[in-house]
Amino acid sequence: MTARVITVTSGKGGVGKTTIVANLGVALAMQGQRVVIIDADVGLRNLDLMVGLENRIVYDLVDVIEGRCRLRQALVRDKRLSELFLLPAAQTRDKSAVQPDDMVRVCENLQEQHDFILIDSPAGIEQGFRYAIAPAGEILIVTNPEIPAVRDADRVIGLIEAEEKGPARLIINRIKPDVVRRGEMLDIADVIELLAVDLVGVVPEDKAILTTANRGRPLAFSSDNSLAGRAFHNIARRLQGEDVPFQPLHGPGMLERIRRFVRPE
Amino acid sequence: MMKFFERLLGRRYEPSSGEVAKERLRLVLAHDRTSISPALLDTLKDEIITVISRHVAIDAESVQVTFSQSARESRLVADIPLLTRRGRRKR
Repeated sequence: MTARVITVTSGKGGVGKTTIVANLGVALAMQGQRVVIIDADVGLRNLDLMVGLENRIVYDLVDVIEGRCRLRQALVRDKRLSELFLLPAAQTRDKSAVQPDDMVRVCENLQEQHDFILIDSPAGIEQGFRYAIAPAGEILIVTNPEIPAVRDADRVIGLIEAEEKGPARLIINRIKPDVVRRGEMLDIADVIELLAVDLVGVVPEDKAILTTANRGRPLAFSSDNSLAGRAFHNIARRLQGEDVPFQPLHGPGMLERIRRFVRPE
Repeated sequence: MMKFFERLLGRRYEPSSGEVAKERLRLVLAHDRTSISPALLDTLKDEIITVISRHVAIDAESVQVTFSQSARESRLVADIPLLTRRGRRKR
């Protein structure tokens, strides 16, 4: 078995790519997969912080590419999950240090001993995006239900189609069910209809995302007590080909609550 | 449904900001995907009118040239009302 290489990208920055990669990495590893997460955002390293591995980095992606270390030496093993590894980005270099071919070679060398390689792409559509999608067999687009994020996602989907990397699949992050219900936010159906790609997950807004990032312990570690945590595990299972139904994003509405109160089952 | 109730109450229907966002996005994506600007669309419309009216009588005022999207395919749709005898009589 060789690993599936999945690049997570978005066009627009700040939509939650790094959060998604960290949590999907954890969820997949918890489900018994051998996972490497690669931070491809050279110069703006952050995935290490999200998974709490920032103090264990010795070498990075650019060290591997420029031959200062072997690939194995640069991989940081997560002590909480023996089959989750991080390949960190260089922090003091910029994107010109990496070429598309470099990423292809690194991924080829990782493929044999792992099941999933998740690449956290830089924002934008320039060189960083180009090398991040070069080795990808599959692409996940992250967007928020907001006009600029959807527009940028559409642009990226177009570029991926032009590169024949697709079909890209979609993760809608940070949806606020109560705001959608009031009609003050694009809802899931709107976004899918506009972008015309398959949906692989919906992650509701959850303040636990922030608090778990603060602690460097992704929410997916404690999946049971939050909708967002469960959403990551559901996406991880869908990636493995399981048919997981989309969970309802909110509790019973007002009408339903009244009905239950009047006529308890 | 909302529309119906609001009309019943004699109020004008205000689309929610979510609906407005969707409409604006639909338009801007059509332009982004095809790199056809609104100005170019106007030019196309004018030239289509010129070419067609050279051969048949059309109602130039009511010509509409718009985008239609199905999945990720974009097409240009021109709606060109012909001036038939019955049409003329109506005017």
